[in-house]
Amino acid sequence: MPHRSSVPLAWRRFEARYRLVGNRCANCGTVYFPPKAICPKCRRKGKLEKCQLKGEGKVYSYTIIHAAPSGFEKRVPYCIAIIELDEGPRVMGEVVGDLALLDIGARVRAVFRKIYEDGEDGIIHYGLKWELV
Amino acid sequence: MAKKVCVVGVGLTKFGEHWDRGFRELAIEAGVKAIEDAGISGKDIDAMYIGNMSGGRFIGQEHIASLIAGELGLNIPSTRVEAACASGGLAVRQAYLAVLSGKHDIVLVGGVEKMTDLSTADVTTTLAGAADQEWEGYYGATFPGLYALMARRHMYEYGTTREQLALVAVKNHENATKNPIAQYPFRITVEDVINSTPVAEPLNLLDCSPITDGAAAVIVCSEEVAKKLTDKLVYIAGSGHATDTLALHDRESLTEIKATRLAAKMAYEEAGIRPRDVDVAEVHDCFTIAEIMAIEDLGFVEKGKGGKFVEDGETKLDGSIPVNTSGGLKACGHPVGATGVKQISEIVLQLRGEAGERQVKDARIGLAHNVGGSGATAVVHILERGW
Ligand SMILES: [Zn+2]
Repeated sequence: MPHRSSVPLAWRRFEARYRLVGNRCANCGTVYFPPKAICPKCRRKGKLEKCQLKGEGKVYSYTIIHAAPSGFEKRVPYCIAIIELDEGPRVMGEVVGDLALLDIGARVRAVFRKIYEDGEDGIIHYGLKWELV
Repeated sequence: MAKKVCVVGVGLTKFGEHWDRGFRELAIEAGVKAIEDAGISGKDIDAMYIGNMSGGRFIGQEHIASLIAGELGLNIPSTRVEAACASGGLAVRQAYLAVLSGKHDIVLVGGVEKMTDLSTADVTTTLAGAADQEWEGYYGATFPGLYALMARRHMYEYGTTREQLALVAVKNHENATKNPIAQYPFRITVEDVINSTPVAEPLNLLDCSPITDGAAAVIVCSEEVAKKLTDKLVYIAGSGHATDTLALHDRESLTEIKATRLAAKMAYEEAGIRPRDVDVAEVHDCFTIAEIMAIEDLGFVEKGKGGKFVEDGETKLDGSIPVNTSGGLKACGHPVGATGVKQISEIVLQLRGEAGERQVKDARIGLAHNVGGSGATAVVHILERGW
């Protein structure tokens, strides 16, 4: 899939994907992750500023994927969850670690990992996964 | 005063794996059948709207609205409508608005998807394009995975059971045995569903709608035109459309599709009816959990009680509100762009009393509910018998 192999696309998401930098609206105080291009609550009245998230939260819902999309075939089964960050926003990601601890409400923290490779000659995509603690 | 809008013709191909037939053959078959059913001629058509999710990825073909018009020998305005799995329903709405405005009198709506030319992994990847690619797809979330996250949460919040999910598939397969175009016209059991291959836990293979080739078409026209063609007028009494964030994690709730609730409200108000007035409904059961959430969000049953409602048989053919008499996406099949148009066709057949063995007795008001992606688009139509 060509869009995934795009170097500029990978590059412009580094801050969010590697370092968990979201944003916060100075007008209404809402914290966003993934970062938004406009505050959907205030729109033009809003003022978005960068906001570093701690990378801690809890599992809001989860699933174990057995049928994977291209690029993830070798990873099955793997756990995809929605994580509710302590700062408020929710984010999608893979949960790793001792899956015996996996449950709604289980605590997780962000860890830096390889996400997938675009074949043998393509980009290796990195990002954050969520480790059960 | 705005015009009244009718549906006068329906056309469907068989849904399934059409290895011997291409995109254009399927589209043309459905279109011609709808034209014949309406009793009009191709030259009577003022415009076309074609629902199609991903010709570009499934068959490497874009520009498909003109492709179909060209194949039909028509030079009329023809527009592709894309809203993932809701492309068909949204195409119907565009036709409805075009006739309502008085701009066009007779509009052909087509929905078509040719999916089986790709491997299952490539189909999965293409469908995942309906989700947020940068923040869901990037991490390996699949389409069934997104609905699995909703299912898990629905089970957690409301105690919905694995068996109740399975019963949706069992019912829809039962209905499909009575539908000649259905992809899977055979019965399955709760055990079959629970023991089928896991896809995205808690959802198994038999909780998921299949990969399907197929096309559907309807003719939408003004009341004046319809009165000249038939005595059995079927009106589009209400139409609603709403959107929400693509990313599931950005939504307040995982246990409702807000866009469905809003689109339904719009359609009910326009039609001047309440949920309990609906006699038959086609709802978007891309996964079993989706049908349970749909019957709640459409107001047929209170939030959280959908599983029990299914278990009590209320949505069966002889229940208080028969749901997915066609077999739904699950068993009739889900050629994504065609689904929303097929739903309208099924409701028209029910209201005309032409649904054969699966006929709901004296159906006067029908509802069609089409969802795109994990709920970022919802389209609801209410159809009413005019005699
Ligand atoms: Zn704001």
